[in-house]
Amino acid sequence: MSQRIGYYPGCSGSGTSVEYDASTRAVCDRLGLSLQDVPDWSCCGSTPAHTVDHVLSAALSARNLELAAQAGLDTVTTPCPSCLANLRVAGHKMEKEGFRKQVKNLLDTECESLAEVKSTLQVLLEDVGPEAVQAKVVRPLSKLRVVCYYGCIMNRPPEVMQFDDPEHPMAMDTLMEACGAEVLPFPLKVECCGAAAGMPRKDIVTELSGRLLDVAAGMGADAIVTACPLCQMNLDLRQGQVNSARGSKHAIPVFYFTQLMGLAMGLSASEMGIAKLAVNPKPCLEQAGVL
Amino acid sequence: MKTISLQKPDSQFIREVRERSGQEPSHCYQCGNCTAGCPYNFAYDIPVSRIMRLLQLGRREEVLQSKSLWLCATCQSCTTRCPNQIDVARVMDVLRHMAREAGYATERNVKAFGDAFLESVEKHGRVYEVGILASYVLKTGRFWTDVELAPAMLPKGKLGLRPHTIQGAEHIARIFRRYRGEPESAEKNGGEKK
Repeated sequence: MSQRIGYYPGCSGSGTSVEYDASTRAVCDRLGLSLQDVPDWSCCGSTPAHTVDHVLSAALSARNLELAAQAGLDTVTTPCPSCLANLRVAGHKMEKEGFRKQVKNLLDTECESLAEVKSTLQVLLEDVGPEAVQAKVVRPLSKLRVVCYYGCIMNRPPEVMQFDDPEHPMAMDTLMEACGAEVLPFPLKVECCGAAAGMPRKDIVTELSGRLLDVAAGMGADAIVTACPLCQMNLDLRQGQVNSARGSKHAIPVFYFTQLMGLAMGLSASEMGIAKLAVNPKPCLEQAGVL
Repeated sequence: MKTISLQKPDSQFIREVRERSGQEPSHCYQCGNCTAGCPYNFAYDIPVSRIMRLLQLGRREEVLQSKSLWLCATCQSCTTRCPNQIDVARVMDVLRHMAREAGYATERNVKAFGDAFLESVEKHGRVYEVGILASYVLKTGRFWTDVELAPAMLPKGKLGLRPHTIQGAEHIARIFRRYRGEPESAEKNGGEKK
């Protein structure tokens, strides 16, 4: 008795965030959600496309929304907030006939039916629900103190995203509590990590991600929980760069929320891609008794 | 302190931004909420609220040459918090489009990164991260970009060493060609020409 839903993995899911993709698929499977990949999906264009042109960006996204609809998938879920934002913004803007026509001129199709898009976070919170998650927990994360960091675009702008609170989101907090974790308050839940500035302007990422790490450490967190491949990469892989730039000595593991959900539900560390993380998460997980 | 002449606003510039963004610049009453919440303000040459003011004054050149346009990450803080419901991030995005069209790229490396990213999408239909890095390095000559991250990434299998090209890659390339207004190739196409 499983619920079928379209799945848009996003490009980083087969590169820098393979562990997010793997843990998302495994956790959804465990919770009875059957994910079906959008056939021959293509890149949404991410930030670079919309900074060049809005019609180009929407055309790159619309191709996927149309492929999904043609495959009989009226709802598509994606774990990545950047994909989510592009796909949703495209659908939102194409409600206007003039804009839709411009997009159609770049595509070969009519764009008559487009799938709706929701984040995997939203699907797990609303369609599955914290009670169903809790019912599957076999290894509660009760010794783990975490802060949940949502990043800037999971919930914003609110008119487009239509999910959770744009300033103080609680979806991940709720799911982590359902897994037994102690969730600490985190005032920088939606502050930007530096996004894609890592390559061209590393100084910006080390400053902004540095602030997040400082505050997470100051709150007494054992780990940071994220829902975005770019946030996760900036905080985890670039944590060493942050430390060198700012003279800090952080060694805070940065998980995807799906990895911790999976561990709590009894999935193995290798299935959750725990070894893929840059900052060694083993001491933290051993101390919490889930490894 | 720098003074700004209030004479001769470039009204064509204001009109163009209004039309392309669907936002009304004159609705900004300079409360500064956008700047107060802007995470990038420390790196900007002109704060976002002042960009809005210069836009109201039709100061085309100062606005389009600002580094801030290229550093904005579209994090949506300004848009979410504007008391007058101006989609400020969208205005910044449109200004960036116009700066690009005018040949300004005051943060050259940011533009190089975006270009490298889209070239990868056009070529493969999906992003190939190693290819982006290589292309970015060639464009900028910054050979040591993130080289210290390789030891952490390579053994973990996080860098795909070969691109994944989708079946519909030609479809994606066609979207880019049409966007640039290039003539359709001789092959059959079912879509209408622009």
